Amino acid sequence: MLVRVSGVYKHFPVGGFGGLAVRAVDGVDLEIRRGETLGLVGESGCGKSTLARLITGLLPVTAGSIVFDGQDVTRIRGARLRRVRRRMQMIFQDPFASLDPRMTVGDILQEPLDNFSIGTLRERRKRVQELLRLVGLNPNFTNRYPHEFSGGQRQRIGIARALSVNPSFIVCDEPVSALDVSIQAQIINLLQDLQREFQLTYLFIAHDLAVVRHLSDRIAVMYLGKVVETADRNDIYDKPQHPYTKALLSSIPVPDPMVEKGRAPITLKGEIPSPVNPPSGCRFHPRCPIARVPGVCSEVEPPLEPHGAVDQVAACHFAGQF
Amino acid sequence: MAQTLLQVEDLHTQFFTSRGVVRAVDGVTFHVDAGETLGVVGESGCGKTITALSILRLVPDPGRITSGRILFRGKDVTKMTDEEIRDFRGNDVAMIFQDPMTSLNPVTKVGMQIEEAMTAHERFTEKVARPRVIELLKRVRVPAAESRVKDYPHQFSGGMRQRAMIAMGLSNEPDLLIADEPTTALDVTVQAQIIQLMKQLNRELNTAMMLITHNMALVASLCQRIIVMYAGRIVEEGPVEQIFRSPQHPYTWSLLRSVPRVDEARKDRLVSIKGMPPDLSHPPPGCKFHPRCPFVIDKCKVDPEPQLEEVGVDQVARCWVLMRNVKEESTEVAKQSALSKEAAEKLKAPVGELGAGEVGAGEVGRGAGG
Repeated sequence: MLVRVSGVYKHFPVGGFGGLAVRAVDGVDLEIRRGETLGLVGESGCGKSTLARLITGLLPVTAGSIVFDGQDVTRIRGARLRRVRRRMQMIFQDPFASLDPRMTVGDILQEPLDNFSIGTLRERRKRVQELLRLVGLNPNFTNRYPHEFSGGQRQRIGIARALSVNPSFIVCDEPVSALDVSIQAQIINLLQDLQREFQLTYLFIAHDLAVVRHLSDRIAVMYLGKVVETADRNDIYDKPQHPYTKALLSSIPVPDPMVEKGRAPITLKGEIPSPVNPPSGCRFHPRCPIARVPGVCSEVEPPLEPHGAVDQVAACHFAGQF
Repeated sequence: MAQTLLQVEDLHTQFFTSRGVVRAVDGVTFHVDAGETLGVVGESGCGKTITALSILRLVPDPGRITSGRILFRGKDVTKMTDEEIRDFRGNDVAMIFQDPMTSLNPVTKVGMQIEEAMTAHERFTEKVARPRVIELLKRVRVPAAESRVKDYPHQFSGGMRQRAMIAMGLSNEPDLLIADEPTTALDVTVQAQIIQLMKQLNRELNTAMMLITHNMALVASLCQRIIVMYAGRIVEEGPVEQIFRSPQHPYTWSLLRSVPRVDEARKDRLVSIKGMPPDLSHPPPGCKFHPRCPFVIDKCKVDPEPQLEEVGVDQVARCWVLMRNVKEESTEVAKQSALSKEAAEKLKAPVGELGAGEVGAGEVGRGAGG
């Protein structure tokens, strides 16, 4: 086990006197195993990016603990925290916004090395060139600025930056969704090659379930601040236990007209409710095709329990019954 | 035989920039039949949006349609007077755009905007238009349409805004609806709702649709025929089943194999297309795809470039090689790893230890955040 997230909450106050808060992450338990890729999926606003920022420590938690390789990162401070931080890095969605436009590529890649005082200046320079070569860019591009690169190349720079300090765990937050299809494949392949080469553990966040299935070993599905199902990549597709997972999977078109003809997507009613005031009981019940309302679904919140295959958990009163 | 609604012949649209002439659309010929759904796919910058904008004569400066004909029911759009073109837009052909927030007026109520689209064409009087707005919103499944007509666009969610845009597009009962990446900004569950809606409208109203997208899966679920564009040209065209089953142009083949499928259990490497699309002010000689093509031969690198040739029933492709002549093994080449082993080895060497206390606590995490 590399990362264990237990009972993590993140509430953002929305102001006013009512004590209202956006419950972005509302009680999440999650495990990420060493060397695996855990895919995290869900609609926008379900809290997946917030969870990523909590795990990497870019945001403080409201409650709960995040244990990275035996150390609770929500409790430790100072030099100990820095040592842990060096081992976890992040790749962001927008390669245009996540690189400082006034820094050269060389400086961008060297900054983490400077921050962690790694090697001599000469060694750092050398390392920056190797990093560029590794991600398939010309090592002599160190004096160029981000705007001189295309979206795919910038994402490569973002990947090189994350790799610069030899991390063991990388959080990829929608790393390909801003890229063109042919470039997406380049980046996906690169991420896979790097994982194999450096034995990396990935938390891969995306709303594109096809990409997530392709890259992940296990997949966790989030809905309105909670994990509703976790399972092996094939189990979750073959026999989803939570009706939300099933609807999510069926709504993704398959690039094959023959398959498409035989498919009937389960279209969910309405849209994701406000995380300020989530529905009572099971949060999914107002949109759920099998919910019993009024009844247990609108009254009791279902816990995450084993259902279906080995290693599969789902939070549903009627798991698998559709 | 279905009736041809739109016939585009040898369309050239060019942008006259300080850096030279950009041939955004370079000799494109295709047609749309009445009631048909046509998919236009390709990467950004391949000319698919400019083709659509040319049809509506909405090409932004410094772009211009330099030659070619666009016949709608036999009448040439490029020769229409300003008054005729106003009547043509919206009445005959409507377009919905990718981002519904930027295409709706933020300070006008949604109902008002749809009403405006109808009364502007003088097809409906205000009296008829108002109840029709509610009817249209109901048709595109906006819940509580009676009260939502009085909302402003910001009070609508993304999916709802796109529905309102579709309602507006349909308000004058056009014969052709051009949808430019209509679901790209939306969540998958909402995307599924919009796709269902578009399928249904196509069936019920027999509105022809031209769907512009980079999403192959969307085309598979919605379209009957498909056009693949690359560098301002059509490189392949045909019925959707055939193109997906046996693509003949290497670009189409690569596009199809570069996207992972949600129903695929294997974790094969994806085909990645090396490099980037060409600069259209200085396109390469010969076949425009040759610098990125995994199956390139010498003939591809020099002019003349290949023409669209019949490769199957109703299927045409622009290629000297064609995928049916490519051996199975050589398709594996496109999947090989390009990772520099040498660089990887060097980077695996242990990096210096953390200099304790050298950096202030305030700088913690800057490396991660950038």
